[in-house]
Amino acid sequence: MAHAETLALDDHDHKPHGIGRWLFATNHKDIGTMYLVFALVMFLLGGFMALLIRLELFKPGLQFFDPAFYNSLVTSHALVMIFGGVMPAFVGLANWMVPLQIGAPDMALPRMNNYSFWILPFAFTLLLSSFFTAGGGPAGGWTLYPPLSLQAGTSFPLTIFAIHLMGASSIMGAINVIVTILNMRAPGMTLLKLPLFCWTWLITAYLLIAVMPVLAGAVTMLLTDHYFGTSFFNPAGGGDPVMFQHIFWFFGHPEVYILILPAFGVVSEIIPTFSRKPLFGYDAMVYATASIAFLSFIVWAHHMFTVGMPLAGQMFFMMSTMLIAVPTGVKVFNWTTTMWRGSISFEPPMLFALAFLFLFTIGGFSGLMLAIAPADYQYQDTYFVVAHFHYVLVPGAVFAIMGGVYYWLPKWTGHMYNQMLARCHFWLSTITVNILFFPQHFLGLAGMPRRIPDYNVQFTDWNVVSSIGGFAFGLSQLLFVVVIWQCVKGGEKATDKVWEAEPHGLEWTLPSPAPYHSFETAPEVH
Amino acid sequence: MFYRKVVTVLAGLAAATPALAYESSYNLPVGATDISRRVYDLHMMMFWVCVVIAAFVFAAMIYSIWRFRKSSGAVPDKTLTHSTNVEVVWTVIPVLILVATAIPAARTLIMMEDTRNSEMTVKVVGYQWKWQYEYVDKGVSFFSTLAQASNLARQLGSGIDAKTVPNYLLDVDNPLVVPVDTKVRLLLTGNDVIHSWWVPDFAVKKDTIPGFINEAWFKANRTGRFTGQCAELCGRDHGFMPIVVNVVSKAEFAAWLAAKQAEAHSAAPAAAPPAPAATP
Repeated sequence: MAHAETLALDDHDHKPHGIGRWLFATNHKDIGTMYLVFALVMFLLGGFMALLIRLELFKPGLQFFDPAFYNSLVTSHALVMIFGGVMPAFVGLANWMVPLQIGAPDMALPRMNNYSFWILPFAFTLLLSSFFTAGGGPAGGWTLYPPLSLQAGTSFPLTIFAIHLMGASSIMGAINVIVTILNMRAPGMTLLKLPLFCWTWLITAYLLIAVMPVLAGAVTMLLTDHYFGTSFFNPAGGGDPVMFQHIFWFFGHPEVYILILPAFGVVSEIIPTFSRKPLFGYDAMVYATASIAFLSFIVWAHHMFTVGMPLAGQMFFMMSTMLIAVPTGVKVFNWTTTMWRGSISFEPPMLFALAFLFLFTIGGFSGLMLAIAPADYQYQDTYFVVAHFHYVLVPGAVFAIMGGVYYWLPKWTGHMYNQMLARCHFWLSTITVNILFFPQHFLGLAGMPRRIPDYNVQFTDWNVVSSIGGFAFGLSQLLFVVVIWQCVKGGEKATDKVWEAEPHGLEWTLPSPAPYHSFETAPEVH
Repeated sequence: MFYRKVVTVLAGLAAATPALAYESSYNLPVGATDISRRVYDLHMMMFWVCVVIAAFVFAAMIYSIWRFRKSSGAVPDKTLTHSTNVEVVWTVIPVLILVATAIPAARTLIMMEDTRNSEMTVKVVGYQWKWQYEYVDKGVSFFSTLAQASNLARQLGSGIDAKTVPNYLLDVDNPLVVPVDTKVRLLLTGNDVIHSWWVPDFAVKKDTIPGFINEAWFKANRTGRFTGQCAELCGRDHGFMPIVVNVVSKAEFAAWLAAKQAEAHSAAPAAAPPAPAATP
């Protein structure tokens, strides 16, 4: 049986040592670890920027920052969190778990995997170094709309180059995922037996390949407009600033599904395990994920309702956007029915998955409201939008990542972590994330625009509440770091199955920690 | 016919929700136009639809979490793995709800885009960081900049408490003045970067894009002072270029316009005042 063979291999675990192990890593576990550590550092950095933002917004009046610097905080917070936090974290989970879940010895293209990772620290050094240039960091919003983004100084080429690098990293990573899943599944693992986490990553990888080149095109056009005399977005030369928005959001909308589909995958692994019942409606879940991915290509202009789009365009995008609620709802119903008539326990991964289920759904509802174009005229560019996307990204994507880490960490390290501390982290995070973001719905509806460092006194109260929530949430994340750190250092030995709930899946047939080289012989899947 | 009943019930729920004061701290304003009222109703309808759906969904979640706890002895039913019927039902019902809500939304959108039969036109130009208003064919044009008191208070480390400044950040030197019960068409463009002209009480928000002209309209049904802000990041002072609209009686407007025209005749063409600069 595969189990005995990998135990024997354990003895000859030739791990490389020293800095070379990491610099020249081709092992999916090491690369996965590097992605996850990088993502954690970026979360803390992006989170620190958010704390500075909430600090300034605590009271009306400008207390701490020049408005231009504030704008660069807002811009970089988003770039760091999206491209440095969420995306690398999901790639890290993919690197660790996809080969294990399909019974493969590694990713299909291990050296390209190495390049995919090491591009990122370089790219972010480039991006963040712009803060030390004369003009400061990028300050036109992560959405880079021209003409404003073209008014930036030295940060502009640094930002564009960094984005190109991050895009290349993502594309290479996506190719790796697709080739691995399509070619290296253990015998007997048909596509409709693939774990949901692998399915969502397979679909996400196709989205990445489709749209990252579009972003590259958009930012290259910005670059040539600025330095090489083109007029793609310059009306004086016959161009159109709105065309940038179309191209950007053609990337941007699938991008947000790239940020959430792997989260759906993680949650689809955790909930069945701790409900002690298979995922309800596996086929429907696969089709729903594919539908969401397809629909994500035809809704982009709902980010642009106020640009002066013809009525027919607004109608189309309103309807297509409302339609996305359907497959998303199907997934929520299927997760709930997975728990129905199950036998549920509440270990830390399950706690995060349940918080995801509730709070992502709230984000989904505000999304449905935003889809209604006439109402969106009141919501667009206000804190209502900020509340929506933070609900789907923070108690959505980020909680799913944390749930995934809490689920698989003992498999990676061989130690169970301090579950009491993890529960504290959970409760503090869940309560404070709502204090932080729920009032932002009110602020937006009451009329507070986004991306402003100061506001009229009528907005004070909810800003105070939100800032308090922000600081509490930020501080709570230090618990996450402590739990992980302690777990890496040591802890109660974890078994193969790790959890009393006895999860299904090939990764749980391996010892904990999983051997450096696993599934060198393919397991049999029935 | 059934659809009409459903929409009427939903609209009734929306209308029954007490219309909150102009400056609600947690909801959209009902506003000062028929369109803003319709948008408010649409918003409240969607809100209640979401609340009702949420009630069902969260009840199912909470019930499951409580009733099927392992700690109370629940035994999992591992045969409950799929049901095509149930998938069809919970696909079709949401589609029906969406269709029902899309219809009033579409109606309101069509109304908002109908700029025909307007009675006057104002050209709005977004600058970094102020607005310029021109009463088309009337010879009146001026800049509208953040009021001095607000501008002094908002400087970094000014030491002036924002609470002591009336209409802090929602006050300008030269507000836009329009007559009540008059369909005002706006032609919007930008001078430098993209801005966005937004007055919540009119439910009007339109991007001002350099090189392009956008159209919008509103018809205020009551007099008053209505404020708004720039709604598209436009640089350092994006948060400091508010909009103030004074809706006055038709007679007052005529008098104001005449005075402005006289001013324009007698004075030399005025240079654009500089945008309020931050104190170094």
